[in-house]
Amino acid sequence: MYHPGTNNKVYKKINDNFEWSSENFKKISKIIKKYPSNRIQSAVIPLLDLAQRQNNGWLSKNSMEKVAETLSMSYIRVLEVATFYSMFNLEPIGKNFVQICRTTPCWLRGSDKLSKVAQEVCKTNIGETSYDKIFTVVEVECLGACCNAPMVQINDDYYEDLDEESFKKILQDLKDNKSIKVGSQIGRKSSQPERKFDA
Amino acid sequence: MLKEKDKIFKNLYGFEDWKLEGAKKRGIWSNTKELIKMGSEKIVEEIKNSQLRGRGGAGFPAGLKWSFMPKDSGKDHYLVVNADESEPGTCKDREIMRNDPHLLLEGCLVASFAMHAHTCYIYIRGEYYSESSNLQKAIDEAYANNLIGKNACGTGWDFDIYLHRGAGAYICGEETALLESLEGKKGQPRLKPPFPAGAGLYGCPTTVTNVETIAVSPTILRRGSKWFANLGSVNNTGTKIFSISGHVNNPCNVEEEMGIPLKELIEKHAGGVIGGWENLLAVIPGGASVPLLPKSICDTVRMDFDSLKEVQSGLGTAAVIVMNKSTDIVEAIARLSHFYKHESCGQCTPCREGTGWMYRMMEKMIHGNVEYKDIDKILDVTKQIEGHTICALGDAAAWPIQGLFRHFRPEIEKRIEERSRRVA
Repeated sequence: MYHPGTNNKVYKKINDNFEWSSENFKKISKIIKKYPSNRIQSAVIPLLDLAQRQNNGWLSKNSMEKVAETLSMSYIRVLEVATFYSMFNLEPIGKNFVQICRTTPCWLRGSDKLSKVAQEVCKTNIGETSYDKIFTVVEVECLGACCNAPMVQINDDYYEDLDEESFKKILQDLKDNKSIKVGSQIGRKSSQPERKFDA
Repeated sequence: MLKEKDKIFKNLYGFEDWKLEGAKKRGIWSNTKELIKMGSEKIVEEIKNSQLRGRGGAGFPAGLKWSFMPKDSGKDHYLVVNADESEPGTCKDREIMRNDPHLLLEGCLVASFAMHAHTCYIYIRGEYYSESSNLQKAIDEAYANNLIGKNACGTGWDFDIYLHRGAGAYICGEETALLESLEGKKGQPRLKPPFPAGAGLYGCPTTVTNVETIAVSPTILRRGSKWFANLGSVNNTGTKIFSISGHVNNPCNVEEEMGIPLKELIEKHAGGVIGGWENLLAVIPGGASVPLLPKSICDTVRMDFDSLKEVQSGLGTAAVIVMNKSTDIVEAIARLSHFYKHESCGQCTPCREGTGWMYRMMEKMIHGNVEYKDIDKILDVTKQIEGHTICALGDAAAWPIQGLFRHFRPEIEKRIEERSRRVA
């Protein structure tokens, strides 16, 4: 299963010079305070996350070098972390990063159908970015919302209790830049036993 | 069935306010100062007496674990809360963190005090974005109201809680891998000993505990260890959140007494198996890592650590994955094998190479594209992986396959036979 977070190639943006935005710079000093002063290396995951958010969802070589410089680490240590964790994308992704859970609990409730829908609506294959750069569709392992299966994560948000219809609508609305409802699509508050289909 | 008044998680479904005001109405933070005044030894004693077993999967007695922390090591002590919930089927900690975060925070204070720790890190999985923002808001509220921070709750105990987001690695749910990750490295498990209680985070005494274990502890102290020990059965006491997913009419999280019969759990709370109980094929009772159980065992088995161990499975995280007769059971397990192949950290050879080999083998078995002797070969390989790796991921990858062949071997033999007839 191809996923931009699991490749080990590093890309460099051409003419790119990664600098922290002033907003993120303030955040960094706050993050570093969480850890003992001689252990600021601990902040590497939060900082990579910040860098990725600033860099449109992926980590270029320059951005990782910046993180290394900020934390006085060697670049290879940062790269090691960035390649190990699947949430760090090492190549550009589309505007909407669609992650479809494929592990057994979601599969039992029909995640295969969601994959098919995503490929049709986004006009792309699993693991690839659409031509218009609006969608990147990937299949991922368990996202930990099994009582609301099948579910999909798009950027930071979870969309739960999906079926083909509701998922198609979400993707279409994203395409049309309409606002969409986060969370359960059948009106459940969280994972309570009763399902209210009419809500 | 568990009575309403004995429930610990009163806002599991988020129908009420999760913020501080709502939490106080549910009795959280009400007399924390008195709990702390019990003194650390008494707190550990109470937890020991309650016979609370860790809720993260292994079921290690919590009080005993807490008592391993040295009294005066001269170093900083740490409590690390393991909120890296990624075991397939499990989604209980998520509900605690987004709907009742103060219950967890109060538990952190009490547990840290008992372990002489002034600092607590909560390691939450990176994908839980909205959960982590709820939790961070709750932490900010608690600081603003002086419930944590300097002189927490007016007890004279200085206490800090920091939230640390992970970045998507199942292996970081293993305690030493989690510590490595928290130190800013790849999440690869450490060799034990030294155990974290001796040298954990930054080489200091550390205890790593699951969210649910920490979240139930203030209530145990408040209502007494006797109350908790009276629920469930000896050695399997108290209440537990069960996550029921898969082929049931109403998948849900539910808090129930330990030792509830599996059939009752599914029929009463999850609306029964789709197509009725007779349509049941198999159940994975404790998250992806434990062997599955066929219907004949599910009819009578009780959901607690010891009963499930007797039938060669385990309670794990109490994530019940239900599969009815429409399921391709081989593919269900093959998907789990893919999960372990994907999540193996690559440190130990048997696991790194074995999980990939087992997955490819399982993929072939879906279509019966193997020989009869391959069944014994794959079982032999699972035995060679099990117990020969640093952490338990190797075991966890081996057990579902062993469970499959223990109960469904004829199914695969049938597929092999059908295929050989088709090809010939």
